Amino acid sequence: MAALILGTFSVGLYMHDLPLSPMKLKIFSWHKWAGVTAFLLVWARLAWRATHRPPLMPATMPRWQQLAAHAGHALLYVLMVAIPVSGWLMSSAKGFQTVYFGVLPIPDLLAKNKELGDTLREVHEALNYLMIALVAGHVGAALWHHFIDRDDVLIRMAPQHSQHKELTP
Amino acid sequence: MKSAHFALMLLVIAATAQAEEFNIVHADKSTLGFVFKQMGVSVEGHFGKFSAQLKFDPAKPAAASAAIDIDLASIDAGSPEANDEVAGKQWFSTKVFPNARFVASAIRPLGGNRYEAVGKMTIKGKTQAITAPFTFTAQGRTGTAEGAVVIKRADFGIGEGPWADFDTVANEVQIRFRLQAEAGPAHK
Ligand code: HEM
Repeated sequence: MAALILGTFSVGLYMHDLPLSPMKLKIFSWHKWAGVTAFLLVWARLAWRATHRPPLMPATMPRWQQLAAHAGHALLYVLMVAIPVSGWLMSSAKGFQTVYFGVLPIPDLLAKNKELGDTLREVHEALNYLMIALVAGHVGAALWHHFIDRDDVLIRMAPQHSQHKELTP
Repeated sequence: MKSAHFALMLLVIAATAQAEEFNIVHADKSTLGFVFKQMGVSVEGHFGKFSAQLKFDPAKPAAASAAIDIDLASIDAGSPEANDEVAGKQWFSTKVFPNARFVASAIRPLGGNRYEAVGKMTIKGKTQAITAPFTFTAQGRTGTAEGAVVIKRADFGIGEGPWADFDTVANEVQIRFRLQAEAGPAHK
């Protein structure tokens, strides 16, 4: 899912400056479909998060770091929802409806309005940059934990790492 | 004196009797739009500038005439980027072909308030026969002709080169028109 979001992000960056061509129109559609898919998966992720508590942060972590980490994670979840929603609203305002995989029309929530469309494009862009900054911070923090603090934070993000092992140091 | 009065009366009667002909088109209350599919998604556009000539008496469609001239540069194809693109050579090539023209050769009644305009459409130097069904409704002295016709963009060479295949932009384009005209004195 991270790969899907990062892929969608890269495609978004790439397509944005393309001159108009049939390829561009195709890529735009693919970007939207990928974004909608990410949006759907985020809900699955949130459901998982709601029913599974993540392991506690290591007691060795200073309090400000713990707070920052919680805030960062919460904001990442918010952005994972807000970015696709802003993309969807932008598409509506620009007058290009999103039809998922060319089959399932997603209703336009906004009427066509050029100024609003341009604003929403900037919102979509700004949210994206915020997300990528957070992801960079997230990756940096994870590496920091692993190599500098030498705790198990990075290891335990890995899927094979079960709750069980964590309890037995 | 008396005969002059009588002649005037006759004129007035004649004018009212013929006033059924709707022939003053109100451009500002008329619209010319189109809908096409891009990646399976309907996109709407319209032409901001066009002029129409119409002489239409619903009771005598055989005597009617209609023509529309479209200023292709006035297109709104859904986004500023698309507007720049469609002015180019591969699309309308508006520098070489600034106008498109439709001329009806006949208007036929289809029953009720429905009619069809049979005529020739010329875009980008290519002429094709088209038949556009429409309805005509009159309210007092104002009449509205409203209809739609599907044309194939490839027939006119609209969208060539990389745009020539139809998987991104479909071949069929629906043209929607709404012409409002006032009943005026009949021209001969
Ligand atoms: C995880 C979800 C998504 C990510 C990470 C993402 C990322 C991006 C990025 C990085 C850009 C380029 C921003 C710029 O520089 O202007 C972009 C543009 C765009 N995105 Fe998304 N996006 C997502 C979801 C969506 C969705 C769901 C839609 C529509 C339904 C959408 C529609 C668009 C459009 C239309 C643009 C192009 C704006 C323009 O250049 O005119 N995006 N996206």
